[in-house]
Amino acid sequence: MPENFEPKILAFFCNWCTYTAADLAGVSRMKYEPTTRVVRVMCSGRVDPQFVLDAFAHGADGVLIGGCHPGDCHYVEGNYKLLRRFRMLRRLVASLGIEPERLRMEWISASEGERLQKVVNEMTAQIKLLGPLELPERFREWDTELHEETFDKEREVVASGQ
Amino acid sequence: MDDKTIGNGSEEVRIGFFICHCGSNIAGTIDVEAVADYVRTLPNVVVSSDYKYTCSVAGQDMIVEDILKYKLNRVVVAACSPLLHEKTFRAATQRGGINPFFFHMVNIREHGSWVHQDRALATQKAMDMARGAIARVKFHKALEKRREPVRQSVLVVGGGIAGIHAALTMANAGKKVYLVEREPTIGGHMAMFDKTFPTLDCAACILTPKMSEVGSHPNIVLWSYSEVTEIKGYVGNYDVTVKRKPRYIKEDLCVGCLDCIDHCVFKTGNTDDEFNQNLSKRKPVYIPFAQAVPRLVAIDPAACTHLNGGKCEQSCATACDRQAIDFEQKETFEHIGVGAVIVATGFKPFDAHRKPLYGYGRFPDVYTALEVERLVCSSGPTGGDVVLKDGSKPKSVGIIHCVGSRDHQTNRWCSRVCCMYSLKLAHLLKEHTDAEIYNFYIDIRTPGKGYEEFYERLQEEGNHFIRGRVGDITDVPIIPEEEGRMIVRVEDSLAGFVRRIPVDMVVLATGLEPREDASEIRRRFNISCSSEGFFLERHPKLAPVSTTTDGVFLAGCCQGPKDIPDTVAQAGAAAAESLVLLDVGYVEMEPMTAFVTEKYCSGCKTCLPLCPFSAISRDEEKGVAVINPVLCKGCGTCVAACPSGAITQNLFEDRQIFAEIEELLVHA
Repeated sequence: MPENFEPKILAFFCNWCTYTAADLAGVSRMKYEPTTRVVRVMCSGRVDPQFVLDAFAHGADGVLIGGCHPGDCHYVEGNYKLLRRFRMLRRLVASLGIEPERLRMEWISASEGERLQKVVNEMTAQIKLLGPLELPERFREWDTELHEETFDKEREVVASGQ
Repeated sequence: MDDKTIGNGSEEVRIGFFICHCGSNIAGTIDVEAVADYVRTLPNVVVSSDYKYTCSVAGQDMIVEDILKYKLNRVVVAACSPLLHEKTFRAATQRGGINPFFFHMVNIREHGSWVHQDRALATQKAMDMARGAIARVKFHKALEKRREPVRQSVLVVGGGIAGIHAALTMANAGKKVYLVEREPTIGGHMAMFDKTFPTLDCAACILTPKMSEVGSHPNIVLWSYSEVTEIKGYVGNYDVTVKRKPRYIKEDLCVGCLDCIDHCVFKTGNTDDEFNQNLSKRKPVYIPFAQAVPRLVAIDPAACTHLNGGKCEQSCATACDRQAIDFEQKETFEHIGVGAVIVATGFKPFDAHRKPLYGYGRFPDVYTALEVERLVCSSGPTGGDVVLKDGSKPKSVGIIHCVGSRDHQTNRWCSRVCCMYSLKLAHLLKEHTDAEIYNFYIDIRTPGKGYEEFYERLQEEGNHFIRGRVGDITDVPIIPEEEGRMIVRVEDSLAGFVRRIPVDMVVLATGLEPREDASEIRRRFNISCSSEGFFLERHPKLAPVSTTTDGVFLAGCCQGPKDIPDTVAQAGAAAAESLVLLDVGYVEMEPMTAFVTEKYCSGCKTCLPLCPFSAISRDEEKGVAVINPVLCKGCGTCVAACPSGAITQNLFEDRQIFAEIEELLVHA
């Protein structure tokens, strides 16, 4: 693991609850790790599973999705839709060999600045222990491997004269 | 789109980037010049500059000038939260001749300089965020805000002093007002008070004229004994359902003569009188108090013999010469349309049982402040005689401040009114009984006009003030003077030792809490709560009566504890905000709605059940989904679910978000 590893956590925050909680944390000067990069969406229901996969594929060490508490969604039930997708996503991400701690979903209401601070710090600490994910690098390695395997196989085929 | 508006998306993208110092708020932690220098190197960025206060007039003018000078067609500002200044900079962008939706904002203050300490890392984060915005804004499109008319009526929920004042203000401005109150009468907690601090004018004398004005105002429809059960729609166009509970009285026939109450088969009260804090009994057919508005009786289904299937000669019904009593009455529902909603649902007094050491419910002469309000009131259960449960007058009274407030075991907040009402009750109790009055306080908080003077007056009147949080109240005497009395045990933190003060009566200055059903109400109106459960205002300083739902405003103690002057001021502010909305006459809808690109839609119907607003329907002829932009609220849930990528959300398009994600993750 490189020294001074600063994880990159891509965060999707819903406008009404978690984004506002992050604003509140700011106004209240609550210090937390500078590891998140926030994409504001109107509702956590807007978070397309592809966004999460794209984030990992482009080098995120973790993905955090923040929405309103169940029952509090500004759009009635967008967060429930996210929850359903999240259950699926967690399995999908695990099957790709990505540790479950790297994908996190949290209900953080507009008044919970402290909770936001805690979640970001906690997640940063967990990911620091895990080390960088480096999926883009791994992709390149896998590509080479795949390429070499295929190439070797072809060579074998040619050598055996079949 | 206007032909003069540049930036139709087809020409070369020319981005202007402006980063704000916000004095030292941002520049103190983030190297803004370095960020500006870095952004200047990014593709399509034509100009990149920093400015002390970008939101100032000069800062905005700089943006306008640069748009013209550099022929910009995109603007990115890195400053505070978009929730604060997005509107400001969109307007500036528009003044420069560009569609305002070619603007994007980067939040480097609330999400950057204010929460990070490491200058290098905070600067790095700001660069990443700026790069994400630069990448995203390339894909922005010109959008138009849709205008919808606003209904010229308002719903006021709750008929306490806040709701009353807001309703009257709106009605006097010529707007139609629906005032919905859960109890049989309006008046709320204020109607229960005897006097008001610090002037000691009688609460009923100042409140009841306003109540009767509400009852007779031509612009106010007053529905008491009613509840809002459903609210749908959007700012300017809310559809509301109000449940009218059966009071078993035909409202149009009852004239409030109260003959029915006299003729009830119960000659005395058979059930606790809530208005008198259960210190007296009332009959099943009752009027909460003499000046109730509307002046209509109600029959309590829990206490009435007939309504409970018992045998009763129904003498109340026969006594009514207008045949106004109707035991068959069922609940009914009213459907109304309003432009704005003012939520003024009030508070709940702290339940003194939750502080068992203070003996409430265990010792008969431990009262809550609201009970004492009724006891000292001449229309109260004892006609204004302050007598103990055994009928004697107290010779000494202890008033315990901060019961359930400023207490980590119960509520952490200061309830703001208890110090002042305790002083008021001290004065009234002394006046009524000439007893020795002991105030047990942590701090005396009197921040208001004439409040500190009132405190001084109380001190001069010879009341005792003992600084210390009371430990407990006991009835175990250790000296003869304590026999048969309650003893307040307190550490006097000024004298520096523990004292035992024998008293005959204890008054608990209970704090203010959110109502039990506050979270249910909040969900119904789609507003938020702060962590203690009071309704959350949009901004603690600059939008104190607005909520995150446009067109829904707050007034009074449902937003947080406050005294009557502050409540009335806030109710006036909520009415003024509603009037602005109604008088402008239209609302501009945010254009971030979703739409379907027909040629990509396979007609799979995945999106249909996802929409909580039923905005999506299926065009059976074409076999595609159609989104009604009027109903769409722009959450984007359907967009994320569409397997064909046929749905696009304006301003949150896939290509915009993907660009943002990917660029946020490239380290500079």
